This record gives sequence, structure tokens and C-alpha cells, in this order.
Amino acid sequence: MPDTGLDTDLENAEQVVIGNGIGARVRRKEDKRFLTGKGRYADDINRPGQTHAYFVRSQVAHADIKNLDTSAAEKAEGVIAVLTGADVAADELGGLPCGWGIMGKNDVPMHEPPHPILAIGTVRHVGDPIAVVIAETKKQAKAAAQLIDVTLEEKPAVANIRAALADGAPLVHDGAPGNVAFDWEIGDRAAMEEAFANAAHVAEIDIDNNRLIPNAIEPRVAVAEFDTGTGDYTLFVTSQNPHVHRLLIAAFVLHIPEEKFRVVAPDVGGGFGSKIFPYPEESVVTWAAAKLGRPVKWTAERSESFMTDAHGRDHVSHAELALDKDGKFLALKVSTLANLGGYVSAFGGAVPTFLYAPLLAGTYTTPAIYCEVKGVFTHTVPVDAYRGAGRPEATYLLERLVDRAARETGLSQVDIRRKNFIQPDAFPYQTPVASCYDSGDYEATLSSALKKADVDGFEKRKADAALRGKKRGLGFSTYLEACGVAPSAVAGQLGARAGLYESAVVRVHPTGGVTVFTGTHSHGQSHETTFAQLVNDRLGVGLEHIEVVHGDTARIQFGMGTYGSRSLAVGGEALIRAMDKVIEKGKKIAAHLMEASENDIEFEGGSFKVTGTDKETPFGAVAFAAYVPHNYPLETLEPGLEETAFFDPLNFTFPGGCHICEVEVDPATGVTEVVNFTAVDDVGRVINPMIVEGQVHGGVTQGIGQALLEGCVYDDNGQLLTGSYMDYTMPRADNVPSYNVGTELTLCAHNTLGVKGVGEVGAIGSPPAVINAIVDALSDLGVTDVSMPATSQNVWRAIQAAGGAK
Amino acid sequence: MSFAYHKAASVNDAASQAGGDAALLAGGMTLLPAIKLGLSDPRRLVDLADLGELRGITRDGDTLTIGSMTRHADVAASAEVQGAIPALAKLAGGIGDAQVRHRGTIGGSIANNDPAADYPAACLGLGATIVTTSREIAADDFFTGLFETALEEGEIITSVRFPVPEKAAYEKFVQPASRFALVGVFAAQGPAGTRVAVTGAGLSGVYRASDMEAALESDFSADAIDGITVPEDNMAADIHAAADYRAHLVKVIAGRAIAAAAG
Repeated sequence: MPDTGLDTDLENAEQVVIGNGIGARVRRKEDKRFLTGKGRYADDINRPGQTHAYFVRSQVAHADIKNLDTSAAEKAEGVIAVLTGADVAADELGGLPCGWGIMGKNDVPMHEPPHPILAIGTVRHVGDPIAVVIAETKKQAKAAAQLIDVTLEEKPAVANIRAALADGAPLVHDGAPGNVAFDWEIGDRAAMEEAFANAAHVAEIDIDNNRLIPNAIEPRVAVAEFDTGTGDYTLFVTSQNPHVHRLLIAAFVLHIPEEKFRVVAPDVGGGFGSKIFPYPEESVVTWAAAKLGRPVKWTAERSESFMTDAHGRDHVSHAELALDKDGKFLALKVSTLANLGGYVSAFGGAVPTFLYAPLLAGTYTTPAIYCEVKGVFTHTVPVDAYRGAGRPEATYLLERLVDRAARETGLSQVDIRRKNFIQPDAFPYQTPVASCYDSGDYEATLSSALKKADVDGFEKRKADAALRGKKRGLGFSTYLEACGVAPSAVAGQLGARAGLYESAVVRVHPTGGVTVFTGTHSHGQSHETTFAQLVNDRLGVGLEHIEVVHGDTARIQFGMGTYGSRSLAVGGEALIRAMDKVIEKGKKIAAHLMEASENDIEFEGGSFKVTGTDKETPFGAVAFAAYVPHNYPLETLEPGLEETAFFDPLNFTFPGGCHICEVEVDPATGVTEVVNFTAVDDVGRVINPMIVEGQVHGGVTQGIGQALLEGCVYDDNGQLLTGSYMDYTMPRADNVPSYNVGTELTLCAHNTLGVKGVGEVGAIGSPPAVINAIVDALSDLGVTDVSMPATSQNVWRAIQAAGGAK
Repeated sequence: MSFAYHKAASVNDAASQAGGDAALLAGGMTLLPAIKLGLSDPRRLVDLADLGELRGITRDGDTLTIGSMTRHADVAASAEVQGAIPALAKLAGGIGDAQVRHRGTIGGSIANNDPAADYPAACLGLGATIVTTSREIAADDFFTGLFETALEEGEIITSVRFPVPEKAAYEKFVQPASRFALVGVFAAQGPAGTRVAVTGAGLSGVYRASDMEAALESDFSADAIDGITVPEDNMAADIHAAADYRAHLVKVIAGRAIAAAAG
């Protein structure tokens, strides 16, 4: 067990925690304003003299813009300006940048075509913006947009990976032959091939990871203004990382000084990754606000969200697992095609490579792994990170393949996993695909989940279901994931173009209250509560006297924002380190006040104490002395009590666990019902169990959504067929059971708190458990595979293909 | 989108205003979203909301009469409906969501004749009579195609008369996203004969499965339709269900409706 300096008595981790510190089920500080309608979202922001933007978008997937006549629209009532790609070119604006370059086989770099903020010459997906109308009202802008005369010369499109890679397929970008943006590999191919040559059994799978549309409840919004006096820009935007938005828009797109550009991400109603990336509209309104000297506002309509938010997943893979005669894994070989869409989005290249393949060892000791990934352009909206981002794709592939290997070798689903688990004493564990795991106990999460899910009682439940004409099945996923991408130096060598640290400022006020300025951003993650609990735990300040501020580049030091379940593991650690600096300085002040040696001062329970005496000075009194330094060591110590820390982690964190799904399938219709779902996760130390459970509930619901319901469909011409809630199936409360969740903890070895991250585990671990359960339910009908989403039609077809219901 | 709004003071007033460039506003659960999305652009709206005489449920012997402006929630909750035709109460309670059920009306639903709506199946499955400001139309003659009915310009539905059946049940298999009927089957036996009405599945909207009806005449049981094959060629097809799957579902759901009706 690493020495964290904190209570590591994990046996007692489930005990009721008194107080509001680490481990307490504190109700969320932010809920009152959200639940009473007092949240302040970007669309709630209106600026004096504000105008409204409406975007004219391509209705076709691939076309050259032959003629674009805006004159009638410009004369329409209320219209202030119409801007097009010609204006973008004339102002020499940059395109949207890519945040991570990929170096392919033979040192061939990823093809990064320009991504103009308004199309120049060619449109490459339905929804690609062609022009923007800016008018006094939204209605006027929208009406005038109808008057724009666009002549598009439609060209053949490739709407999916297979079409894009077909011989003679139309090219999305002339510079990317065969529509391949990169061809990348990881792992020792020769070692893998040698192991396959000696295998007793090889299990194979062809597997698609279905494309998803993020569907944050709040659509994207951008409100920009420009101060013609000072030359300052301000952008209010739905962002998970306002500093990153500022940096990328200022430096790469608009070429404006970063110090003259303020980006504010106020309350944000969900992101799931989709609000990480810079999109065209935010740059367009900021540019237009300066051009027109008036604020410009844009709020996406829901249909625009479906059409233009970066989508997630969309892989086509083939994988093979080599086993010895006892069922030990010898080697894994994976070949993946990843859909990038029409342009490379900010992390479009990183997600299917560095956030995917290093997870292919999972929780197993597979000694040789080789993976190759082709990034493929198609005439669809760009694909980028979506809750899990690469890790769900790896987990789904691996856990489905392990399930199949068990069925083919006759091992039980539990035995094949136990045979291959990395053992608790094997950490740190170096995998053959770069990841080095620091801690974990996969048997602990598995055995806890087996108990919680009453796996022993399954056969009886299955027999009962059969009497009702239902097929009942049990599916497992003993997954592992990686959070808190790090460290910066290594990521940089691998193509990352940003740092991966996080920052915190702890500002202690003269009266002893504390404001935390965090570089992370909360858009549903409950930071205002979790971070306040850390401060309460460390400094002893009451929760009511702790404010957590995020989301405003004018108030907050540079920060990287929130993605990849990093906020607590990276941002929380920065906060701990800033607080430790506060305590160190406080000790000096307290030593002076109590006329003791600094070495004799200890900080405990919110008070500075002189060791071995009953002398103490409360935290608030030290804070007051720092700001009213009448009795203060001014000659050796600055007044004030405010500290900053930047933290760049040594490694990713590696949460993992066991998900067990129990389904009932109606073989006559193909309808699948998830009747039980058990998740036992190791997310490291838990700060607020209620928040952790909430994150798991939400993540598992998204995972069940992917497994059973959600699937983005483009037709062969690149038209989006699932462009509204009438056709895109979101999971609803009655699609999911009451969840059975728990935690089994091991501590992360390289942060003080021992935390790992919880935001994505549910969405990563659950899909294979659901599909494995359906395959189990239908195995006696001869079904060996069901594709996601396992809609009733897909399940029915799988049954028909296997010979029909018996 | 701009229109004149007229709140009708009487059925006669409504009838005099209807037709031409006017749209009748009943519950507005289809019309208002269509206007918002720019799919419908009427010049005038004639609102029937105040016409109390079009609202209400009465039973007279073997006939249940429901006023055209009666909301789904009221039909679902009506003791009269639950006593006379429980399948109809269940159907009304399964339309849309709670908001829709408290705004949407039976007259609005059947006048719209959405191919995935529930009420058309009940009307056809029970052999209802649609009463309008100018005549009475048998359900068999009323639903003429996708979003098409026998209603003439300016004609307003005032009520729907349902003969009380001996046996009836409605089973719905929902489209998972919209939760409209992907396949809905209303099976009944009574004064209007043996009837099996299918909504959601047919290429031209609600229809009667006459081969199933013939098979059920002598033996009203799910087994009676075992030998029947539902042809694919008049089935609708979309991303949720191709024609073969819809055809398969029609038979499965019909079997369940018949079994439920047979008790």
C-alpha cells in the first residue's frame, strides 16, 4: 500500500463518516440553484445590443459550392450582416486545430486537412456551415437565411468506414489517399505472431462499436462581445475547458491576443466530452462580434446538436485471442478502423489510438499484444471523445472476445477471467501496450460483484423465466480503464499538443473562509461539493464557508478543464498541494503568534497546535493575522494567505471493476429487458459516496443506452436518419433496472488522495456485460453474436440467423 | 409563421370558419409542433377548446359515445369506458406521455390519422361510427390512407360511437425512440363482428387483417391464426423495423391481442 499520509484503513471504508470531509454523503451544494431554476447557463446570458446568429448549413454530405448569393438576405428586415467562407478567407482566419497529432507506421504523420469555420469551396458533411446570418432577432436571422441562394454541386459521398475504404471510393480530402488519415500501430508484432504460432486455441471476433450522438441536455451556445474601447473580447460558451477554448481560438483561429480574450463557461448542462472541442460557431460569433461591434449570440437548436456535435465511437474491428491449452491468454491481435468523420476534430486522432490500444490488456496478463488502427475520413460529422473515449471501445472488444473464448474453450466466464487476472501483488504492472498499472485487485471486485448479483441463484431465475417464455442470460465485464491522461512530457512525445497538468489556487480570506479556483470545470460532476469536502477535510473550514470557482479565464489561472475523469485525480491533487502550501505558511504564522518554534507546530482539526502543549491558534485566527499583520514576522514572511499549485501526474490512474448484467429476452419479438445490473468498481478513495453512485448510475445508463438503444444512422448518401428524438433512442428510466452498485478500493499510488476517477467507469464497463448477457440468454438457440445496439430487430435477426426460436 | 386565431363559440361557428386556409385546433399535439417546425403553415387557426358540447362520455345500452374533444386522459380514467370497453381505456392510457394525454383528443387523433396512432385501430377494430357536423361515417370508410380520411373540407368530427364488444384487447409494440406504435393490434368480437385492426405497420396506415378475422370467426383464439402468414409487401419499413420484421411482429402482437381479448 502506498504511503499517502492519509487514513488507509480500507476495511472501514464503508463505515458511516461523521462530518463533511472525505467519505461523507454530503448533499450537493450546487443542487439548490439547479433544482430551483437558478442555474445560470450560457443561453441565460444576454448582452446589451445583442444580435443573433443563424447558420446556413449543408443539406448534403458532399458538394462543391458553385454559387453563394447572399444579397437578398443582406437586404432582409433586421439583417446586420451575412458572412461566408469568402469572408473567412479574406480575413485570413485559421481553421480549427487538432490537439493531438498521430505518427503512423513508417513515421508517416496523420493527414490534417484544414477545417475552416465556414466552408470554403467544399462541404464535407450534412450540417457543415456555409454562411452565418446575423440579425436583430433570431427569427429575422432564420427568415433571412431562407433567402440565401446556394448552388451546391452534389458529389458522391462515403457515409461509413466500409464505403470510405472501398476501391475507387470518392475522396473526402484530396491529400488523404484511400480516405486514410493515419495508419498507426502499437505493440510487438513479432512477439504476438510467435505466440499465436504456439496457441492451443484462437478465438476470433468481428465487432463494430456503434456510433453515438452525445445529447447533452443543454445544446451548445456561444455569446460573444467585443469592447471597441479596450479591444477586449469575451466569449460565454458551453465548454468543459474554457482555457483550452481560449488558447485554441485565439492562437489558431482568430489570431487575437490571449490576454485580450476572456472565455467564460458558466453553468453547463452536461458535456460527456462533446463540449471539449472548439467548434466553428464559437469562433464565428467571436469574429463577428468584433467585426460588427455588437454582441452576437447563437444557441443551437436540437436538430443542430444531432447534426453538428462531435459524435462518439464508430469503430469496425477484427480481433484474435490466442490461448494455451489451459485457457491462459498468450497474445492478442487487433485491427481497428476508426471513423474520424469529415475533418479531424481536436482529439479525433488520439481517441482511437492512445486512449484505446493501451487499454487492450484490460485486467489480464496477456504477454503479447499488437494493435493497428486506421483513421478513416467519411462524409459525416467529426467523431471525437464521448464519455469513455476509446476505453469503451477497447473494453467492449476485449470483454466480448474473452466471453467468446470462454464459450469456445468450455471454461466458465468466471474461471477464464480468474485464470488470467493480474494478481494484486503484481503491481506496478507493465503491460505490453505502454500502460503501467499502479494498483488494483480484480478478484476483489469480481467476488464482491458475484455475491451482490446473486450469481448462485441465477439458474433458478433462468428456469422461472423460461416458464414465462423468456430467455434469461448473465453477462460479465471485468474491465479496466485509464483516467487523468498523463504525464505531459510523455504525452507530448506521443503527439499531444497540450499539457495535461491541472491547477488550483486556494485563497484564504481574512475571516477564514476559503475560495478555491480550480482549472477543472464542472458540468454535472459535482466539483463544488467534492472539492469543498477536500478543503473541509484538510483545513477544517465549514462547507458553508468554502466557495469553488471554475469556468472563467478572467478569474482562474490556466487550467486544462474536465475530461477523461481527471478532475479529482489531477485537479483534486493540485488542490491538496495548494492547501499543503497554505498549511506550511500557516505554521510559520502560528509559530510567530504562539512564540513557538515552527518545527513544533502541527495542524490538526482546523487548528495550529504547539506539540506537547495545550496552546493552539485556530485556522481563522492565522488567516486574520496574515491579512492584518500587526503581529507578524514581516521581515521573513509575506503577508496574505493564498497559494497556487500546478500538478502534473506521473501516470494515468487505472480504475476498474466488475459489471454483471442479467437480461431477459423475449425470443418472439427480440425485446431485451435488463432485469438486474450490478457494478462493483474500484475508483480509488471515495470522497462522496452519493456522488460516486450517481456517476456510476449515469454512466451505466449511458452504457445500457449504447448496448441496447442508441445508434446513429446515416444513409448511404450521408443523410442523418437519426436526427431527432423521434428516431434516436435515448435510454429512459423505464429502460433500466434499479442498480446494485458498490466499491472495492485500492488506492492510486501516485496521488496523495489515492483517487482514480469515476466519471466514465459506468459507460466503459457496462456495454459488454449487456451484450454478453444477451449472447448467454440466446446461446442455446445457437446465437454467438449480437451487434450493438441490440434493438429488438437486431436480436430477432440474430435469432433468425441462428435458426429461429425453438 | 403567422396566423389569425379564432376561438370558436359554437360548433356551428367552428363549422362556418373551417375549411380553406384554416386549420382546426383540437388538442394541438400534432398541429402545434408541425407549425413550430415549419411543416404546416395555416393562415387561420380555429380553436375548438371552448366547445363543451364536444366533450364527454356517455353509454346508452350497447353504445358508448365519446365526444370528439374528449382528452385521452379522460377516456383512460372514465369508469364508463373501463366498464364498457376496458381495452379502449387501456389504449387511451397508453397514448404518448402524460402531457399528450392531457391535451390530445380523440377527434384530433382520428382526424389526423397518423399511420402510427392508436385510436384509428380502436375505431376500426370496434367498428365505430364517426359522427360529424354533416353525417355519420363508418370507421371502415373513414380511414382512407396515410394522414387521409373521408372528412370533407369544413367537416368537423363531433363524436365517435363505439358498439360495446363482447371481447376486445389492444396490444402495442412501441417504436423505441418515439414510442408510437411500431405495430398495434386491436382485436375484438361483438356486434360489429370479428375484427382485427392493425396500426403502425401498414404502408397505407391502419387496416383490417381480414385473413385473421376469417380464421377467428369460428375459433377466437391465438392458435387460430397460427397458419397465417403476414405478407411483407404492404408493410412499412424504416430503421426501426424492416418490412419482414414488421410482418413478423404483426402476427406476434395480433396473437397476444387475441389471447388477451379471449381472456
